[in-house]
Amino acid sequence: MKMAKAKKNFWQGSGLTYGMVILAYILVEIALKTDHMSSLMEGLLVPLCTYSILAVSLNLVVGISGELSLGHAGFMCVGAFSGALFSKIMKGSIDPTVSLVIAILIGAAVAAVFGILIGIPVLRLRGDYLAIVTLAFGEIIKNIINAIYLGRDVNGFHFSMKSEIELGLGEGGETLIKGAQGITGTPQASTFTIGVILLLITLFIVMNLVNSRTGRAIMAIRDNRIAAESIGLNVTKYKLLAFSVSAALAGVAGVLYAHNLTTLAALPKNFGYNQSIMILVFVVLGGIGNIRGSVIAAVVLTLLPELLRGLNNYRMLIYAIVLIALMLFNSSPKAIEMRERAAEWFKKKRQAKEA
Amino acid sequence: MSFMSYLISGISLGSVYAIIALGYTMVYGIAKMLNFAHGDIIMVGGYVVFIVTSTMGMSPVVGILAAVVVCTILGVTVERVAYRPLRDASPLAVLITAIGVSYLLQNLALLLFGADTKSFTSVITMEPLKLAGGQLLISGETIVTILSGIIVMIGLTLFINKTKTGQAMLAVSEDRGAATLMGINVNKTISVTFAIGSALAAVAAVLYCSAYPALTSQTGAMPGIKAFVAAVFGGIGSIPGAMIGGILLGVIENLSKAYISSQLSDAIVFSVLIIVLLVRPTGIMGRKISEKV
Repeated sequence: MKMAKAKKNFWQGSGLTYGMVILAYILVEIALKTDHMSSLMEGLLVPLCTYSILAVSLNLVVGISGELSLGHAGFMCVGAFSGALFSKIMKGSIDPTVSLVIAILIGAAVAAVFGILIGIPVLRLRGDYLAIVTLAFGEIIKNIINAIYLGRDVNGFHFSMKSEIELGLGEGGETLIKGAQGITGTPQASTFTIGVILLLITLFIVMNLVNSRTGRAIMAIRDNRIAAESIGLNVTKYKLLAFSVSAALAGVAGVLYAHNLTTLAALPKNFGYNQSIMILVFVVLGGIGNIRGSVIAAVVLTLLPELLRGLNNYRMLIYAIVLIALMLFNSSPKAIEMRERAAEWFKKKRQAKEA
Repeated sequence: MSFMSYLISGISLGSVYAIIALGYTMVYGIAKMLNFAHGDIIMVGGYVVFIVTSTMGMSPVVGILAAVVVCTILGVTVERVAYRPLRDASPLAVLITAIGVSYLLQNLALLLFGADTKSFTSVITMEPLKLAGGQLLISGETIVTILSGIIVMIGLTLFINKTKTGQAMLAVSEDRGAATLMGINVNKTISVTFAIGSALAAVAAVLYCSAYPALTSQTGAMPGIKAFVAAVFGGIGSIPGAMIGGILLGVIENLSKAYISSQLSDAIVFSVLIIVLLVRPTGIMGRKISEKV
């Protein structure tokens, strides 16, 4: 009896999410094999996985841990650059798939370290202050990466924060990171299959964490910090755990993102606070704390501007209006009341029909 | 002497941040929301002045007045249409709506005015001031900006403390429920707050665009975010805090640009913010809020 109930819960909860992703993957693969997909859509497949992973990982901080973070793109940036740097150094010396796997692990590890380093001071703050400090950290990371020059020659690695000439590279030297121009010539190893596998792993990690003792502790702290503390939960430990796992997963997304491009540069567009906010929009529209919703929102909102491409200049305008309208419809107390009334009216009508 | 000139231009930049930060901080204090679209109101103000003075060829005074009027109407309209229905919704929902408004304004500007950078002609025609026998040159823009900053700060402090509307704003920021019981029209008070904040944004637009004449649909984003940092820096919700935060931020930014690295100046500004918040978690002038169990 108990088993059956647990099984049912599985299929209503995490199982449905995995199933949804796998089904989408199969459908896309069929469309790819039978040539039913435009090249524009094909180019969107890896970004869709990237954004889904980002949204799910941010949901861990915003939804489960209840802290508003506006610096998620910063962790993505760290992961992207460390992963891409590894791939560039190793280019040609090991198998590309093995290289990508190691790059992903490195990206995750480096982003997790940054998550812990940033989390220790940041998680002392609350609410809007925490939000602005995470935003500040994201911008600092982007800013510093834009000023890094790294080169390699026979004598080993050279590092500078000023310019390419400062590196003083010997003969046959190669610049690996070129300041604001970033890293060029990263192998394009990301594929849709790898993206989906990473998304499934992310979902597995996050959903298992949420449904574990640790996850319940994190949610208890979110719901009432003082009460949780009074029953002996270590607030800092659990918050830091959620924050660094989320950062590591963002790092994974970053590696995936970096290996989908030929040139990786830290621009305001891809790693700035605008990107962090974009990810937050996915999380909020998908439903805060709802993992499946994050994936759906990330996919729909990434596709929406592309589907509106026919409308040209108006597409971002329509996107903005849709966003505002959705928020008003979803969250305004008046709209919620109206929806409830409409639902009741339908119910009455159905009952009348049955009778 | 070069230090003095960097310092003065830093104060000037800081005054612009302070004026923008006042808008942020007032809206936060009274409506308890982060108005992410505030930076884009600056951009709209910049375009209005540009059109009136450069395209229509009217005098700068008309341009500034038009910008103030347009921004005020825009701010109040945005509040009425997008924020008021969400008054009792979760803060995150309001934040995302504000982001939506910000996208809307940016893309509307992109459609109306095109993607090319407009070069803004300074509306300030004041002779530069020479001090210390010509060694220290202060531009007209700098003087006007600092003066406007001072005027705005004094004016706003008087308005808040001496008028009935100002007192109503204080009351609403203190306790919205109790203010309603005292017969204060909360909706009207919040509208007035948005009107003042947006009018200040228009003033900031004129000053900012006169100093940095490249005008695009993204113009408002960076000063907006810096002013937001300034508001938090000084303690969000506190009016003197926004002034101090803004000026400090401008000075730090300019000095680090001059003496450390122009590339890393933003990183330095944000690092200072983080250090301040770690020492004083509610900003320089912020009030400590104790938690009740």
